[in-house]
Amino acid sequence: MHEEQHDKHEQHHEPQSFFFKYIWSQDHKVIAIQYGGTAVFVGLVGLLLSNLMRLQIGFPGYFDFINAERYYQFVTMHGMIMVVYLLTALFLGGFGNYLIPLMVGARDMVFPYLNMLSFWVYLLSVIVLMASFFVPGGPTGAGWTLYPPQAILPGTPGHDWGIILMLVSLVTFIVAATMGGLNYVSTVLQARCRGMTLLRMPLTVWGIFTATILALLAFPALFVSGLMMLLDKTIGTSFFMPALVSLGQVSDYKGGTPLLFQHLFWFFGHPEVYIVALPAFGIVSDLISVHARKCIFGYRTMVWAILAIAVLSFIVWAHHMFVSGMNPYFGFFFATSTLIIAVPTAIKVYNWLLTLWRGDIHLSVPMLFALAFISTFIVGGLTGLFLGNVSVDIPLSGSYFVVAHFHMVMGVAPLLVVFGAIYHWYPKITGRMLDDRLGHLHFWVTFIGTYLIYFPMHYLGLLGMPRRYYDYKPYDSFPESAHQLNVFITVVAIIVGVVQLVYVWNLIWSAFKGRKAEPNPWRAASLEWQTPDTPPRHGNWGPALPVVHRWAYAYSVPGAKQDFIAQNAPLSEGGVEDDEGRAHGAKGARA
Amino acid sequence: MSAVFPVQEFAVDRPQAASIALWVFIGVACALFGLFFAAYVMRLESAEGYPLALPWQFWLSTSLLLAGSMALELALRARISRPWLLAGGMMALGFVLVQLWAWSALLAERVVPAGNPAASFLYLLTAMHGLHVLGGLGGLWLAWREPEARWRIALCARFWHFLFLLWVGLFATLGLMTPDLVRAICGG
Repeated sequence: MHEEQHDKHEQHHEPQSFFFKYIWSQDHKVIAIQYGGTAVFVGLVGLLLSNLMRLQIGFPGYFDFINAERYYQFVTMHGMIMVVYLLTALFLGGFGNYLIPLMVGARDMVFPYLNMLSFWVYLLSVIVLMASFFVPGGPTGAGWTLYPPQAILPGTPGHDWGIILMLVSLVTFIVAATMGGLNYVSTVLQARCRGMTLLRMPLTVWGIFTATILALLAFPALFVSGLMMLLDKTIGTSFFMPALVSLGQVSDYKGGTPLLFQHLFWFFGHPEVYIVALPAFGIVSDLISVHARKCIFGYRTMVWAILAIAVLSFIVWAHHMFVSGMNPYFGFFFATSTLIIAVPTAIKVYNWLLTLWRGDIHLSVPMLFALAFISTFIVGGLTGLFLGNVSVDIPLSGSYFVVAHFHMVMGVAPLLVVFGAIYHWYPKITGRMLDDRLGHLHFWVTFIGTYLIYFPMHYLGLLGMPRRYYDYKPYDSFPESAHQLNVFITVVAIIVGVVQLVYVWNLIWSAFKGRKAEPNPWRAASLEWQTPDTPPRHGNWGPALPVVHRWAYAYSVPGAKQDFIAQNAPLSEGGVEDDEGRAHGAKGARA
Repeated sequence: MSAVFPVQEFAVDRPQAASIALWVFIGVACALFGLFFAAYVMRLESAEGYPLALPWQFWLSTSLLLAGSMALELALRARISRPWLLAGGMMALGFVLVQLWAWSALLAERVVPAGNPAASFLYLLTAMHGLHVLGGLGGLWLAWREPEARWRIALCARFWHFLFLLWVGLFATLGLMTPDLVRAICGG
């Protein structure tokens, strides 16, 4: 039926010139590295901002250049960069781009050109965001939630240009994420190789796929709120702006509802947590399975848990707004739905632990990061149970307890997965191993360091130390020990920050000088490790696409030749999952 | 060394993939406009909104968009599709121009974007919808370049039907969901 199109361009040529191969490239692997590199760069900016904030909190008054305005700008930019421009872009644009086609056995994304545009539009959004550091008044200091009316009123840093650039950048980012998202969804649904049923896909793909759907449905809420606030700021509409007197001036605004912004923002903001968490869940499942040489425990339950979390994540948003005031029945509803999310999440945690149970655990660097993720995620998740209850949330909401909670659960935990994933897939991406000793140094300092940073914050929060304050010295209500703890946290934060530079150096150094990697150094069964070339060439698979005969978790199959059976190994090697998703021994293979 | 693959191996079923992508995109657009609708209802609940008299030009633009939608359906069925594609494109362009005409009629009545929230939403929603129509013209141009690829025409037709239904929904919202009705529903 479609033969006529095929005749038009009979063959697909690999681009030859440097420009088309590595810069204006339509190859999903190059785009992934571009996405990843850009995200890591802005992430380093976000890291620097966090250390500057910590300097102020630990040593108030010592650093003249950190005044209150700058402090709020650092807070705001740090939050937005880390959540949107680092984590979202890295998981979907970086890992999604690299791994989806390789893991489902495709040659590329189904719309390579759109994919390329997605990166360039993302880069544009990053440039606009970074530009706000250089405009008069500096970047916005409205807090990463950008709540009106304060975000666009005089008195908030960056209320002139900073907030406009922030909103324009966000809207641009959403356009980029939508272009990428259409690609990821269509590729998963349409470009899987023969034998790759949906329930044979690695959980990494399930996580990224579901997170992409969340992003496609949730980002419009940020788009709507960003656009409407932009109009409030620029042409004077009153979508969100109530009638008010600002710095003695009666404004022209009237009747807008700031609460509407909060609803829209968190209708995006809560799924955003899972846009970051679901890819992390998927990746960590694969890391644990590979490095414990065991099939993932309860594969299908894991898939259903991912989907259940995705659905639930759309009906919990108002738990971010308990202190905004709401009908107690709504509070009850949102608290209940929030706590229900703990069920599928706990299923995932138990399944990870049961995968480890009696596994042949290799404490490689990726595995260390995966294990650290489980620990961090459990701690962050448990404090989520506290904060999901209205009556507990209201006194704690403005305190460092919340800072500790969300940094543990959606800052540190996903980042540990990012690190583990990069250590895991780096050999496939570059053909070289990352340096192991630097990796261990990076792991132990990051893991112990982040615990030392965030664990004491729970205590500070329970002590009543409010977040968002620029300087705690003028307040007598905190004991001296609280100030000392802040100094301690700052020192650790700087050490952890410096170690990330070691990591970046490792990334760059190993790309050129690292030990050459074998094609499948972790002896993994999933498809991306079975490419004919390492790193995979343009088109990924050489002349013939792979054919898949089993799931991605055929590890330690009794009677098999090796302790893993690749997904595309001949059917006769066994390891085929049964209808319940359990692995069979070699003898149990069905024709 | 240049890697060359036989295209049957390389290419996925592009029409099928594009069809899925379009359904997903329609889903995204539904989320977008659904949220605008929710915002509209929540915003008009507050006190100072008052209903608008919608300009008659909207009825003209509605019929143009419907005609464009039908023209693309005919393009899909006709043996020679280009004239119908052209007709559909012109109707869409006409739709956007009539929308601008409606804007200027409103502005002449001193209905400005800042002020009455019903007016703010009217300008915002028509602009967002108009941008989707203009974006659709890009897809129509691709179909025009390659008229033998029926699947492109089918996708354009589907998107145009969606644009028409979306516009009818917006038109109804702007015309019928008056501040008074919203307040009555929300019990304010």
